[in-house]
Amino acid sequence: MAMAYSPKVREHFANPHNVGKIENADGVGEVGNAVCGDIMKMYLKIENDVIVDVKFNTFGCGAAIATSSMATDLIKGKTIHEAMQLTNKAVVEALDGLPAVKLHCSVLAEEAVKAALLDYYTKNNLPVPEELQNAKCDHDCESCMH
Amino acid sequence: MTIYFDNAATTSVSKTALDAMIPALTENYGNPSSLHALGQTSNQALDEARRTVAECLGAQPNEIYFTSGGSEADNWAITQLAEQGKKKGKNHLITTTFEHHAVLHTVKRLEKNGFEVTYLDVHEDGIVRPEELAAAIRPETALVTIMYANNEIGTIQPIEELAKVCHEKGVLFHTDAVQAVGHLPINVKEQGIDLLSLSGHKFHGPKGVGALYCRRGVRLTNFIEGGAQERNRRAGTENLPGICGMAAALKEAVDHLEENTRKVTAMRDKLIEGIRTIPCSRINGSLEHRLPGNVNACFEGIEGESLLLRLDLMGICASSGSACTSGSLDPSHVLLAIGLPKEIAHGSLRLSLDEVNTMEEVDYTLEQLPKILETLRDMSPVWEQMKKEGRC
Ligand SMILES: Cc1ncc(COP(=O)(O)O)c(C=O)c1O
Ligand code: FES
Ligand SMILES: [Zn+2]
Ligand SMILES: [Zn+2]
Repeated sequence: MAMAYSPKVREHFANPHNVGKIENADGVGEVGNAVCGDIMKMYLKIENDVIVDVKFNTFGCGAAIATSSMATDLIKGKTIHEAMQLTNKAVVEALDGLPAVKLHCSVLAEEAVKAALLDYYTKNNLPVPEELQNAKCDHDCESCMH
Repeated sequence: MTIYFDNAATTSVSKTALDAMIPALTENYGNPSSLHALGQTSNQALDEARRTVAECLGAQPNEIYFTSGGSEADNWAITQLAEQGKKKGKNHLITTTFEHHAVLHTVKRLEKNGFEVTYLDVHEDGIVRPEELAAAIRPETALVTIMYANNEIGTIQPIEELAKVCHEKGVLFHTDAVQAVGHLPINVKEQGIDLLSLSGHKFHGPKGVGALYCRRGVRLTNFIEGGAQERNRRAGTENLPGICGMAAALKEAVDHLEENTRKVTAMRDKLIEGIRTIPCSRINGSLEHRLPGNVNACFEGIEGESLLLRLDLMGICASSGSACTSGSLDPSHVLLAIGLPKEIAHGSLRLSLDEVNTMEEVDYTLEQLPKILETLRDMSPVWEQMKKEGRC
């Protein structure tokens, strides 16, 4: 189908920000599954509750890569509490929209951030905030299994 | 710079086709059904185009019906022959799992309306087996429809043998030859084809025009009701510019078939050879029975749409069967039909070449493709996992 990506999506796809990995990351989250065609892996470096660095690896379409890039931009330098509030809607808006069929790919960006935060809480034996209760990816969520 | 490797989706309109269209768009604007001089000039042009198309297929002019394209020709042939079959108590159809949607969706609708459909396996190589067709034919089989060559993986079916099997059992044989016409030698009489669909824009003719060949003696019922065009079978004032352009393009393609095939095959084979050196890649579909211009490959660890977009950034137009490009959520039914797992089918790429392409374009693509794959694989968690497991 004709799927027009906004210039912003194209820009983030062509030159994605924060691509890569962080060794000894404080939180790592991987969501999605290869059967559906999108997998996102998010690495967080956290100091004093602030996300001082974030990197991502994504297997997926243009929308998946652009939303990963935008999501990392949106949470970098933010506190973990702010990052927890990230929604796929905010990511999509920051990208000037996505074609309707691509919205499910953007859900992954929000989930990846949350999964990485959950990993940080779990690793540090901290009580898991309510926002992250369901953030664990079993690779079979509705948006991934369609 | 634009490199157009998406000729299976559509082609450019050739100079020859355009030249043939201009008169019908300008001075010859008469309606072919009108009795006055202008009308008769148009009518002659229409006759001439019909003769040309017929000649290119080894058919008679009165066996050619012009349509709005390949989809209409497929819909027409299948629905009308199924309906006729039903009247005689025949409610069974045979097709394959990897037809174009113009065929598959038509057949699916008939299935909903009470037809039984057998979908023949196309095996790993993307080829139907005649003996499996023979075994599937029943006394109540109304029609067999099998594509001539597949639009995604380019595999060519043993049409003559399939038609023979049908005739031995007294069943009609239709083939969607949209990807084959103008690219492969076709003679409907020698090959025993009863009905054949073609489309102008796949061989440098214009879009929105096609034809259905229906052998004399096969009763074809009306698809569109109205005026007396197309010998009362398909109403509507003819798309004369399109028909003239398509006929001219087809004649040009058929006249140059051998040299085009030689040129395009050499480019295709160089691409395939180059792609095979890329780790964790595979070429989909039979190498032997393959359209001269088709390259279809899967690259593990990457997703097809992002590959496509990156090729586009480098000026290369291609296509992919990944879910994310189709606008649906599943990867191409063709790649699944040849047994690829979904996670591999997502990483597919189709390059479809044509005589207007050049070896320089092939070389440039072979330079860019590995770099793009490396970039995408470097950021792919799937690739990382594969490396960790020693699978790559
Ligand atoms: C195999 C096949 N059948 C049918 C069609 C439909 O033809 P058209 O676009 O002329 O309706 C196409 C091309 O899109 C095709 O490749
Ligand atoms: S995000 Fe984990 S399965 Fe969908
Ligand atoms: Zn998905
Ligand atoms: Zn996607």
